[in-house]
Amino acid sequence: MKRFNWQIWAGFLLTFGGLLSFPLFFVRFPSTRDFPWANLLLVALAIVLLVIGLKRAFQRGRSKIAKVMACVLTTLSVAAIGLFLWSFFILAKQLPPSRGAPQVGQKAPEFTLTDTSEKQVMLSELLSTPINGVKPKGALLVFYRGYW
Amino acid sequence: MEKMGIRPVAISVDSPKESRDLREQSGYTFTFLSDPNAEVIRRYDLVHAGAGEGGRDISRPAEFLIDSSGVVRWVNMTENYWVRARPEQVIEAAKTLE
Repeated sequence: MKRFNWQIWAGFLLTFGGLLSFPLFFVRFPSTRDFPWANLLLVALAIVLLVIGLKRAFQRGRSKIAKVMACVLTTLSVAAIGLFLWSFFILAKQLPPSRGAPQVGQKAPEFTLTDTSEKQVMLSELLSTPINGVKPKGALLVFYRGYW
Repeated sequence: MEKMGIRPVAISVDSPKESRDLREQSGYTFTFLSDPNAEVIRRYDLVHAGAGEGGRDISRPAEFLIDSSGVVRWVNMTENYWVRARPEQVIEAAKTLE
């Protein structure tokens, strides 16, 4: 009886832990978000474990089930890693060119939008309504993707 | 931000109700504005066509610092939507405003 092939399972679990920890944890810190080096390190370690696990699974005396299982776990891991790399390095960079966006030195286009209490708000009001009794120096417009 | 005299304003295609929920959950107290038909987002050329839920047009992430006379003083357009402006960058830019 061969010993339990823990490497293949550890590699599999570490792959998913390493990837899911990006949106769940590492994305909160600029240093681990701007480039996902922490996750890539975990994934690299997972790949090492998977390779060792695969080798072990194909040693003589291992059952067919062990081999199939090792292949399935490795395939799932590789697919998940591929999906992660694709979403971070390709999908997230698919952004419009926005060449017509206001540039530094230009006047920001005026607008009127609805706030969370259903009130109409103008940019000029945002730039002039006092903050705690003091006239504001300016406004920071943060455009974001919204719930998706 | 507000201590520096800069009013933060968040803008997205979310409805006022969705923004209200987000605002309450996140604990942010600054202004959230709704642009459900992406009209202002289009005027600022920030539309990311079909990138939202069900192929809806949404805004790409972008930050603009506007001075009190309405002139753009600093812009941040990310090349990767996981990567956003860091508070330090904004504070640095805000220091140049009178």
